[in-house]
Amino acid sequence: MPQFLAIQQSSKRIWGPVMNSAIVKRTNGVGMSRAAMLEIRNLEAWYGESRALRSISLDVYEGEVVTLLGRNGAGKSTTLKSIMGMMRKRAGSIKLYSDELIRCPSNIIARKGIAFCPENRGIFSSLTVAENLTLPPVVQGGGMSEAEIFDLFPNLRERLNAGGTKLSGGEQQMLAIGRILRTGARLILLDEPTEGLAPAIVQQIGRVIRRLRERGLTIILVEQNFRFAETLADRHYVIEHGNVVDSMTTAEVPANRDKLAAYLGV
Amino acid sequence: MTAIVLKQEPATRLEWEKVALFVLLGFALVAPAFLYPLFLVRILTFVLFASAYNLIFGYAGLLGFGHAAFFGLASYAVAQSTKTWPITPELAIIFGVSVSAIAGAVFGWLAIRRQGLYFAMITLALAQIVYFFFAQVDWAHGEDGIQSVPRGHFLGLIDLSSNTVMYYFVLGVFLVGFLFSLRVVASPYGEALKAVRDNEARAISLGYNANRIRLIAFTISAGLAGLAGGLNALSFQLASLSDVHYLLSAEVILMVLIGGAATTIGPVLGAIVVVVMQNYFAQFGAWVLVVQGAIFVACVLGMRNGIVGTVDTIAKTWLKRARKE
Amino acid sequence: MLLIFGVPIQALTGQLMVGLINGAFYSLLSLGVAIIFGMLRIANFVHGAQYMLGAFVAWFLLNLPNIFPGVGLPAVGYWSALFLAPLIVFAVGALIEFLFIRRVYDLDHAYSLLLTIGLTMVIEGLFRLQYGSSGQPYEIPELLMGGRNLGFMFLPYYRVWVILVSVIVCFATWFIIERTKLGAYLRAATEDPELVRAFGINVPMMLMLTYGFGVGLAGFAGVMAAPIYQVSPGMGQNLIIIVFAVVVVGGMGSILGAIISGFLLGIVEGLTKVFWPEASTTVIFVIMALILLVRPNGLIGKVAK
Repeated sequence: MPQFLAIQQSSKRIWGPVMNSAIVKRTNGVGMSRAAMLEIRNLEAWYGESRALRSISLDVYEGEVVTLLGRNGAGKSTTLKSIMGMMRKRAGSIKLYSDELIRCPSNIIARKGIAFCPENRGIFSSLTVAENLTLPPVVQGGGMSEAEIFDLFPNLRERLNAGGTKLSGGEQQMLAIGRILRTGARLILLDEPTEGLAPAIVQQIGRVIRRLRERGLTIILVEQNFRFAETLADRHYVIEHGNVVDSMTTAEVPANRDKLAAYLGV
Repeated sequence: MTAIVLKQEPATRLEWEKVALFVLLGFALVAPAFLYPLFLVRILTFVLFASAYNLIFGYAGLLGFGHAAFFGLASYAVAQSTKTWPITPELAIIFGVSVSAIAGAVFGWLAIRRQGLYFAMITLALAQIVYFFFAQVDWAHGEDGIQSVPRGHFLGLIDLSSNTVMYYFVLGVFLVGFLFSLRVVASPYGEALKAVRDNEARAISLGYNANRIRLIAFTISAGLAGLAGGLNALSFQLASLSDVHYLLSAEVILMVLIGGAATTIGPVLGAIVVVVMQNYFAQFGAWVLVVQGAIFVACVLGMRNGIVGTVDTIAKTWLKRARKE
Repeated sequence: MLLIFGVPIQALTGQLMVGLINGAFYSLLSLGVAIIFGMLRIANFVHGAQYMLGAFVAWFLLNLPNIFPGVGLPAVGYWSALFLAPLIVFAVGALIEFLFIRRVYDLDHAYSLLLTIGLTMVIEGLFRLQYGSSGQPYEIPELLMGGRNLGFMFLPYYRVWVILVSVIVCFATWFIIERTKLGAYLRAATEDPELVRAFGINVPMMLMLTYGFGVGLAGFAGVMAAPIYQVSPGMGQNLIIIVFAVVVVGGMGSILGAIISGFLLGIVEGLTKVFWPEASTTVIFVIMALILLVRPNGLIGKVAK
């Protein structure tokens, strides 16, 4: 595979959109022949007046785990929120198979089988654990039963009647993931699931993600913890200043460690 | 509450505002020749009332919903004192203002401990206590109110029974109160008040006692509202329950909202609009209520910065166009 | 004659009855206000006018043949009005939410109070134009007329009915919100409406229906009030301020707090009327002031804002 050239800061604005499609085409090695499950082209997004995403283009194939890497404020969470329809102002194209999502409100997008797990976990304090778990409605068949969820997250079974926020950080993350598994969503967006968690819990979440992948779910993962991400994901996109600046498969990672370290500022 | 006020004062506004105020003052000096003096008095007292309210709503960022209590307390105090004691009108007014200011300090102390909507509800409930007090106490004569309030002699010398003379007396007192409120806003205390409004945490970290600063504003505001109420009672020779009714509290909010909160001329314009409108619609009975309500709704939905804010926006676009040419 | 604290027992029980009735209305109305404030963060000042609407709709329905003569409309009585009027007021509420209320969600909460003050003036003004300040009569339904003399007090059937229905409706509402799935959606949407929407719930629709429901409760209270208080445009005016005070005492946004405070303050008001009549109009406000000093979150309040 030809080495990808680093783009200079000044020419990013010109090259961004062009490079985005080049990046997308290049990493299609895995499944160039089949259609992407999620196809994003030239996605832009704003928080009020300020531009959060300049031009994001990427593909996600069914059954993959794809990570979005980058520094704080690069636009990774914003990308997930844009996919989920939670950004007020968006432009560009987000296609779920051939279904254009860019104009859809978030409740419609959820009904199409996409689920979102926010960075702050979003556990509701005025609901019990059980109520939190069953809150997201089932949007299609094939979701996990409650028994299966307790199988994945045994701690939750014991804490069913506790107030949602009485759980530890790790337990809240389990709950946040568990509740969307019940819905039958096939595309899961995880925003920094391991943030602030102890290594043992991080490992547990890693196991969970692997299990989900075996089940055939597709996952887009935003992660700062690259060690965690590289063991789980098939491909990685690097986002910087609201643009996709690089991408690679997991196989290509060992050869590009220095470059990745520079991107992530570690 | 910071969403309601115009934080920056554009240079353009300072200019046209000064001009407008001088024009209005000039007109006020000769107005009795054209317009009925008591109608002008009503405008003056409400401009004062609205400016007083602007102090807490615009500059302190407090949504008070009980300011009629201070207007009415002074109104009744002035009415009752001139009727039963041998005092001159200016002393009665000082008495009325003191009553209102003290009430302002007490109510303020109770209410300041909460913010936003809670503050509004507390001030409303406290004002209702005042309303029911005057509705029930003997000497206030309930629905009839205190009538035939004597105007007396200013300083014991000038007979105020002529409407025109009364008007100039009110104008003089009004100017004292109005200029005082401007002074307060422009003073270092005023800057501290605005700082607390805009970023309380920061102001506290700089050493300001936010609650005390707001309480001072509330007390001054109550006193000025009392000044308006006292003048009103003397001029119309009546103190009645409508002076303490919460509808009046709503009206003064409307005045400041229409005009533009946290501006000098906003309350002036707003009060003029509301009084003129009330005067015009009075003949149509309950239509006053409907129109006022409709304007309230329209302002909240579409014109939160009031007339002044709208003029500012227009002026800004004109200037932009002028600079391009 | 039996005297308690120097007061004849009939007077005491009579006022207690009045206090319970008032308390029933305070509870019903503050329940609606607490729901709308708790779920939507809207200070619904127009609640009093919506209560008045309920009473007027009941009166309209009863007087259909007089209002539209010659069309052959039946006079729709109390029992049907008890269902129809709240539904109509619910629909009006949903419309108000759609046209006006939803535009102030993102603004400072103060604007919700200002907006609803304006709406109150418009609605009350329009009714005043048509009906002046006088009240329209509405008869107690035949089934509930009269009462029973228990010796130590006279028990009017209609009043007992009002109290019972209010208690039932209040606790049914509390149950729905605190113990059912629908209530869970509402409580979650209060905390994070965007996330709940991202789960697939049509949150804007849910908010509209919630507002409509709170307003419908006001309309329901209005129907029940029609035979007791006269149906007049100003009937909600002074009531709304008391209701706000009740909500503050209960703890803003606390459903249970609103219900309990409503009945409690109604009884306190009734008792005050017996022993210190002049204070009865203001005792609720004084209690509110005290609560704010001692226990700012209210009796059962949640986190202070």
